[in-house]
Amino acid sequence: MKFTLSWLKDHLDTDCSVPQVVKAMTMAGLEVEHVTDPATKLAPFTVAKIVEAVQHPNADRLRVCQVDTVDGRKEIVCGAPNARAGLTTIYAPIGAYVPGLGVTLVEKPVRGVVSNGMLCSAAEMETAEESDGILELPDDLAVGVPAAVALAQEAVIDFEVTPNRPDWLGVAGIARDLSAAGLGRLKTPAVKPVPGTFPCPISIKVDGDACQVFSGRVIRGVKNGPSPEWLQARLKAVGLRPINALVDVTNLISYDRARPLHVYDLAKLVGTTIEARLGRHGVNGDEHLIALDGKTYELTPEMSVISDADGERPVGLGGVMGGESTGCSEETTDVFVESAWFDPIRTAQTGRTTGITSDAQYRFARGVDTHFVVPGLELATALILELCGGEPSDIVVAGEPLPAPEPIAFDPAYVHQLAGLNIPRDGVIDILARLGFEIDKGHATLAVTPPTWRRDVEGKADLVEEVARIAGYDALPATPLPETPRQAGGVLTARQNRGRIARRALAATGYSEALTWSFTGNAVARLFGGGAEALVLANPMSAEIDTMRPSILPNLIEAAGRNARRGFPDAALFEVGPVFAGDQPQDQRLAVAAILAPHAPRGWDKRPPEDLFTVKADLLALLEEMGAPVGSLQTAQGSASSWWHPGRSARLQLGPRAVIAEFGELHPAVLKAMDVDGPVYGFEIWVEAIPEPKKKATKTKGAPSLSPLMPLSRDFAFLLDESKAAGDLVKAVAGADKALIAGARVFDVYQGQGVPEGRKSVAVEVTVQPRDKTLTEAEIEALSAQVVAAAAKAGGALRG
Amino acid sequence: MTDLNTLETDLSAQIAAAADVAALEAIRVAALGKSGSISGLLKTLGSMSPEERREAGPAINGLRDRVQTAIGARKAALEAAELDARLAAERLDLTLPAPARRKGSVHPTMQVQDEMIAIFAEMGFSVAEGPDIETDFNNFTALNFPEKHPAREMHDTFFFNPGPDGDRKLLRTHTRPVQVRSMKKTNTPPPAPWIATGMEPPIRIVVPGRTYRCDSDATHTPMFHQMEGLVIDKGIHMGHLKWTLETFIARFFETPEVVTRFRPHHFPFTEPSAEMDVGCDRSGGEIRIGTGSDWLEILGCGMVHPNVLRHCGIDPDVYQGFAFGLGIDRLGMLKYGMPDLRDMFESDTRWLGHYGFSAFAAPNPATGLS
Repeated sequence: MKFTLSWLKDHLDTDCSVPQVVKAMTMAGLEVEHVTDPATKLAPFTVAKIVEAVQHPNADRLRVCQVDTVDGRKEIVCGAPNARAGLTTIYAPIGAYVPGLGVTLVEKPVRGVVSNGMLCSAAEMETAEESDGILELPDDLAVGVPAAVALAQEAVIDFEVTPNRPDWLGVAGIARDLSAAGLGRLKTPAVKPVPGTFPCPISIKVDGDACQVFSGRVIRGVKNGPSPEWLQARLKAVGLRPINALVDVTNLISYDRARPLHVYDLAKLVGTTIEARLGRHGVNGDEHLIALDGKTYELTPEMSVISDADGERPVGLGGVMGGESTGCSEETTDVFVESAWFDPIRTAQTGRTTGITSDAQYRFARGVDTHFVVPGLELATALILELCGGEPSDIVVAGEPLPAPEPIAFDPAYVHQLAGLNIPRDGVIDILARLGFEIDKGHATLAVTPPTWRRDVEGKADLVEEVARIAGYDALPATPLPETPRQAGGVLTARQNRGRIARRALAATGYSEALTWSFTGNAVARLFGGGAEALVLANPMSAEIDTMRPSILPNLIEAAGRNARRGFPDAALFEVGPVFAGDQPQDQRLAVAAILAPHAPRGWDKRPPEDLFTVKADLLALLEEMGAPVGSLQTAQGSASSWWHPGRSARLQLGPRAVIAEFGELHPAVLKAMDVDGPVYGFEIWVEAIPEPKKKATKTKGAPSLSPLMPLSRDFAFLLDESKAAGDLVKAVAGADKALIAGARVFDVYQGQGVPEGRKSVAVEVTVQPRDKTLTEAEIEALSAQVVAAAAKAGGALRG
Repeated sequence: MTDLNTLETDLSAQIAAAADVAALEAIRVAALGKSGSISGLLKTLGSMSPEERREAGPAINGLRDRVQTAIGARKAALEAAELDARLAAERLDLTLPAPARRKGSVHPTMQVQDEMIAIFAEMGFSVAEGPDIETDFNNFTALNFPEKHPAREMHDTFFFNPGPDGDRKLLRTHTRPVQVRSMKKTNTPPPAPWIATGMEPPIRIVVPGRTYRCDSDATHTPMFHQMEGLVIDKGIHMGHLKWTLETFIARFFETPEVVTRFRPHHFPFTEPSAEMDVGCDRSGGEIRIGTGSDWLEILGCGMVHPNVLRHCGIDPDVYQGFAFGLGIDRLGMLKYGMPDLRDMFESDTRWLGHYGFSAFAAPNPATGLS
């Protein structure tokens, strides 16, 4: 919503400057977006008078002028045909920036004559779109008067109107709040009814769904034409294009009182009835209307349609835009003026369906004062009579305004209870009264009736806001929150803390945290087991991000691809975030995923590149940090999902139904489909699958086992079927004697000469930790036999 | 005696000439070994008369001791020389590069989220969560957005296609639906253990999470992060709201210079509603907090609307409270000077390395927020 200070002063008796108004608005909840002040742009320009204008010696179309300026008499070369002695115009000195030309003036000869400045047109100062010659100003303007004053160029204030305050879409409504906030006295003129002199020849019918209340009258014998300068200037200042006096009056009142109106050329109306009804499905499809913007709109039964010809011909979209067929032109002599009230939701929907965002539509969609329908018509009548003459008919009205708001029981002490503000009862009453509320103060609890233009005020909390914002939020106290008992051990849940640990641990391990969209493309989602219809957005920003992601991996892989295309192929990325298996709340899981696109920089030390076992080590270390029972995890190779390399991937699980993570090398076909070079290694952990940590009564840790006896180690080599998992063998060996065996570690895997075809040799170092006495040779032998027996059960034969 | 002198002179010369430890050992064996020259002389003592022994004993023993000492000294000298030679040969060029180690980082938005949680945890808030895919009821209706109201349009919501029941799910446009889940008292447990469940006041929670709107430019992305705060108790008023947010902002920006102001605003879910601005300087083309004469809107807040409380089964005549919504990415951009929100989600490793945080920069009261 835009307005100027002079317009505001029609309603508000104030000496305030624009910055003061802006500050008061901001602090009362009218958030100023920007102030366009032409005075800034026009600062270098001042009024000047041409004393003498003679032909340029070297150019036919140029004149050399002697000009009285704020800087004294100047010789200025001018190309405008209207540059003549005695003309009062605008002067720009050397050094001025001329916005319409985009240049800064420098002193230089024009065809041999030095020009000491410039005489300007409106276009050159950007006060008009085009102009013909330099400005011609009234002779009574003194030399040196700023151009902004001479041209009555005013600052324009543009502010955001929150949806609850349609009354701010009129300058009168802004003035009311500013007056309440102490900026000046409200002086909006009262509306004087204009009596009709003849019965209205038009009758009105309304269907309550289409239109709540509709009033109108005919004014005959008007003389339409361009509206006067002051009205045109006012409309132009707020960005409206003057059309003709009748239309300009409706636009003025729309911006002045938030009261949209419409004018019909009576001669173009068919029949004597105007009917507001819902749109109709016709036999040959829906009705159509060619609106004032020249476009054709299809009318539907959801729209409010104004019609003539006994309801047969649509002549307007109620509250949105009139029809071209009955619009007023300069030839109009008899006019029918409409002032009606259309439902906000219906108007908003019609705006959405048609794409029309007119000033009327904007106002009706937010809610216009139902009780200002007839006063708005009276206001328009008076102005039309003043500008165009004519003779008004009686007013005709169909329908009823909405019932006035009910009183609200309001204890002024509630202001303190809800806002913490100390405002005496009288102060509360005063603020509400200045905002137009009616107050019955007969009892301790007030009965406060909101004005008809304040449908947003529904309860006592709304009244507190009114009082608080006018009193000023600066007055709010800063009151510390009451102390509360704190949860021992921090506020995060185990799950939240695990996400945090994962983040810090992976960052410490050398992975960079990325945040990628929660969506991906549908084809990609399908590669990763997702893409179900229920997870496809109905209105995605683009097809690449139209489906909720089933896994974080595809997004990280794409990110790695983007980095590779930028010339940085060595990505190590992770993300902690949601993945979606369905559209129900419980289908959302927290995942931790990481990828490693291995890189082997040529190094003088010939180190091997990072490989899948780097990722496995990182994963296991991370799971340990996150509190997963790493010792009990099964590594189920070959059972991981289809997007992994089938021979190089595994699940980590506590059982087939308790899968905690998957890791491996990404499937080359998946990478190819995503246009990313491999290999890429990665893992994904489902945080909720990690069992909750056991709750303990105290933080005490049990005693450690610190045997004074030296551990000893024995090496074994087993032959194993190539297809058997070495991990199972190691697990079996480690479990051969749980009391004595502290660990078992593979130190060599060998296939080739000396090992039968189809088998592999796995060498295991077993660490034995004597508990209470040194082991005898016989005991060690017995233990070795146990190890060999356990290995045999896992398919491992001692290599002879 | 002359023999002894000759032997000693001879051995001394040999010891001095020994080139390495092995040669020296051979000399030692030849002199002091079982059948060595000095050992042989010592053996002759037994067959001597006491008078002879009194003279010869100290002479031979003295010879033995001096030779032993000389060998020891020579051995130490040879070993030191050998070590020096070996060390000289073992020289490494330490100007060669160490193997590259990947440097990881925490994303700035998550760092900022941790910072915010640390501040609110200190004020007694706990952390609640809810699903990203929400119902229209939780995202709008329960929060007092009227049906078909323009305020809903302003949210640029992502929708899913209606399910078989005709119910149209959406991506939450804010984390406020978790307010509804936290306050709504029902007898049913939440659909998953991590999702907030209805609780009795007093309630003091923050709700971090992903939020979604159909929008993209330098300050808007289809996904972003929000932290909603909610305090419900008896006697909580706007003064508490003001203190909480002023305190938060001062602690978050880690400067005492930061100035704030509250202005009235409108939100369907709060009444009275406010926006908070921080003082800033825009003159250099970038926004700087804690200086200047300009204002920057930083958050929306207000007293929880009585209709929202009623929707959640809380009597607004008994309990009242406040709510606020903070943009996590946005606060991070302001604090750490990141100009474009879209970069946050681009995963450019150079950007992540530049703006990311060390794993060890976890906020804590001893060393600060980052």
